[in-house]
Amino acid sequence: MTTTTESHKRYFFEKFGLTERLLERCLGEALSAGGDYADLYFESVSATSIGVDESLVKSASQGVSAGCGIRVVSGERTGYAYTDNLSAERLLHAARTAALIASGPAKQPVTGFTETQSPNLYPIPAAELSSDLSTKLDLVMRADRAARAYDARIKQVRASYSDELKRILIAASDGTYASDTQPLARLSIFVFANDGNQATRGTSGGGGRVDISYFLTEKTPEHFANEAARTAILQLGAVAAPAGDMEVVLGPGWPGVLLHEAVGHGLEADFNRKKTSAFAGLIGRQVASSKVTVVDNGTMPSRRGSLNVDDEGSPTQETVLIENGILKGYLSDKLSARLMNMPHTGNGRRESYQQIPMPRMTNTYMLAGEDAPEDILRSVKRGLYAVNFGGGSVDITSGKFVFSASEAYLIEDGKITAPVRDATLIGNGPEALKYVSMVGHDLQLDEGVGTCGKDGQSVPVGVGMPTIKLDRMTVGGTGN
Amino acid sequence: MIQANRVTTDLQQLATDVVTKARKAGATDAEVVIREGDEFSTTVRLGEVETLKKSGSRGIGLRVFVGQRVASTSSSDFTSEGIDHLISGALALARVTSEDPFAGLADPSEFGQLDVDLQLYHEDVYSLPTEKRIEYARRCEAAALSADTRIQNSDGGSFDAATGRKVLANSRGFVGEYRSSYCSVSTSPIAMGKNGEMQRDYWYSTARTIQKLDTPESVGVEAARRTLRRLDGRRVKTQRVPIVFAPEIARSLVGAIFEAANGDSIYRAASFFTGKLGEQVAAESINVIDDGTIVGGYGSSPFDGEGLPTRRKVIVENGVLRTYLLNTYTARKLNMQSTGNAVRGLAGNPGIGSGNLYLEAGTFSQEEILREIKSGFYVTELLGQGVNMVTGDYSRGASGLWIENGELAFPVQEVTIAGNLKDMFRKITAIGNDLVFRGSVASPTLRIDGMTIAGE
Repeated sequence: MTTTTESHKRYFFEKFGLTERLLERCLGEALSAGGDYADLYFESVSATSIGVDESLVKSASQGVSAGCGIRVVSGERTGYAYTDNLSAERLLHAARTAALIASGPAKQPVTGFTETQSPNLYPIPAAELSSDLSTKLDLVMRADRAARAYDARIKQVRASYSDELKRILIAASDGTYASDTQPLARLSIFVFANDGNQATRGTSGGGGRVDISYFLTEKTPEHFANEAARTAILQLGAVAAPAGDMEVVLGPGWPGVLLHEAVGHGLEADFNRKKTSAFAGLIGRQVASSKVTVVDNGTMPSRRGSLNVDDEGSPTQETVLIENGILKGYLSDKLSARLMNMPHTGNGRRESYQQIPMPRMTNTYMLAGEDAPEDILRSVKRGLYAVNFGGGSVDITSGKFVFSASEAYLIEDGKITAPVRDATLIGNGPEALKYVSMVGHDLQLDEGVGTCGKDGQSVPVGVGMPTIKLDRMTVGGTGN
Repeated sequence: MIQANRVTTDLQQLATDVVTKARKAGATDAEVVIREGDEFSTTVRLGEVETLKKSGSRGIGLRVFVGQRVASTSSSDFTSEGIDHLISGALALARVTSEDPFAGLADPSEFGQLDVDLQLYHEDVYSLPTEKRIEYARRCEAAALSADTRIQNSDGGSFDAATGRKVLANSRGFVGEYRSSYCSVSTSPIAMGKNGEMQRDYWYSTARTIQKLDTPESVGVEAARRTLRRLDGRRVKTQRVPIVFAPEIARSLVGAIFEAANGDSIYRAASFFTGKLGEQVAAESINVIDDGTIVGGYGSSPFDGEGLPTRRKVIVENGVLRTYLLNTYTARKLNMQSTGNAVRGLAGNPGIGSGNLYLEAGTFSQEEILREIKSGFYVTELLGQGVNMVTGDYSRGASGLWIENGELAFPVQEVTIAGNLKDMFRKITAIGNDLVFRGSVASPTLRIDGMTIAGE
């Protein structure tokens, strides 16, 4: 038991009057009609946000919420109830509601909790989030000034800084007992450019599980502002994106969203347990070129997708999904690991106490290869070089996925020529990575912007990739 | 329309108390929103209950003005200590924001609410016993599973229900409250094709009362039909042909028309509809309407997020842009009047949202529209968010059915469709007669010419 874990826990005990005895009573009540497993997930979140728009601070907000979700699992069945009132009476009522899923003799939770040992992957802010408002204000004003100074054609700038501190406490009938305090901060810039003929947009942003000093020393408001302004100005001169199958080079970093959509979701264990994923039954099979190794890693310090413990109280880990092109494993939570009799990878996540946890990604990236990025570009006769993306999505069952390029260029005879307008790229998950013919040595992780949606639940994630070349991908432009 | 300033419930009392306290603590104006809701959802998969979820929650949001400065706070803590924190927090934040001459609550003369019963709330949604609700989900999935031997798996059948109460009060005398209910039944079957390839599709019915829900069986049968027609799809060559958007897909284009006319983008000159009032922005046959006053409508409400009565607006009339969509702030920026389209979450400044938004039906049946097309693409699903509302660039993943000599011939998948919304709205060359509201945004079948399909 570490002292930090102790302090995460103490918060709930002091603020809401919880006791270990009450946690045990709730778990007992949750299993009063039988079931294999029950857990309690307490969550307390405070968040602040401040925004500058037209060089005025037009918004400042702060929110707090707290609640508890109680789950009972019986075979493949899950009962769930939550309450935003943490009194003993309401908690026990929620436990009885969740217990409706089971119908049998009462079961007893294991006696005594075992505290999950967890690392300290991120800083815990010393003060209340609202305490350094003037520093946050300064960050957004700096971003505004930098974007406007970039080019006279930048006509509108919006910048916002948001952060939250989420405290969680998890107790389960299998003895799991874990707690954590998770910071999350993000600076976002949105600009419009106009040259009198046309308007374009540019966005940028980043952050992670960091405190505010990160934006003063590592990634400054000027860095993000220049990036947003640069993209918008670039788009003023963009030509129509090409249409059809062609060679595609993806730049390092955020284009790793390709992995998230093309393979990541399809490897979440729930879809494979239900055999609804295009990847079901493909473990041990070739699903990518031999140059491709993809991992999911929740243990990277300060990363947006990282977690000391997942939302079921299990430690996170590095999981190899694809190794040299061969599918190695799935991302699992407790339920799917038990039902599939597969390794538990600590990927059980949820958006809030109001939702049932499920297997989710953390930070998903492709390991570096040996090619020089210049050589990769030089090898392309006619194709697309895409360096930034808006986002993507996937149909898990058919495997078809898309992602939308927001900054891309034509490659002609090995040289980058004109920037192109926004275009969607489409492919088939289990096939697309087989066309990876070159992998750069320049692995980068994204700057901390990703939010992943699944079944209506959003969670922060990270992605990463070196420069790669796909010999074939469909580019959805309007040009020739 | 009436000016309802009577406080009649506990939540209204709480809301007005918080407004009063905020004023006493130094706010020149204040606005409080309270939301309270219960939700139920269940999923049945392969005949067995998979999840059962039942709960309720509530939240309160406060927006304060100190002169021309604004800030907001929100909380799930309704204790007096929690409320004090909500108020002191908002006032502290308002000290760091800027003076904005356009900030402020609406003028008192603009407040009001519809005096008709919009029939947004029906008790039966929540009084239905749990076993009955599970039966809805089970029957829906079972109908899909038994439709065809190629359907052996499923993502389950679901039944969801929610009821909610929303209260809005401000320091300029507005107090309003309404309840709403919602229920839905849906299923997502999975079919397997000849070569082992899997396809999934989905169908659903939503309503404000159980009485108006489609039967679970009819939803299941339709979900199966939609799934089966996707099997053994192929790609097609890159080409330019007429594209027909099925109604459930066409509605996203109606949403794009609304977004292009959104006042927030207009005052920033960041929409391609900026400065286009009174000009032709779509084909002459196009009429687009936003109406928050339809009885029983999914997008109806007696007042908007700022306490203004909802209303009916013709956004596009015979292809001509007639109005922008505005809340109080954007109306002041543009020197116009709010259109009653403010939407308010618990936190932050009000945004802009639609009521019941639709493109008026035309006269052609879907068959008649297809019959005119020698070679084309009937789109039944779009993938991704590739729409740039600043430039109008549109590029999305698509699947559907190929049109050959006026008839649906074979399924198509893994292609994109691309164009620019500015052109696409003008090149709507046929409008179906099949307008049905399945949510708050609806469209009939639309044919659009001149778009590019990217494939092989």
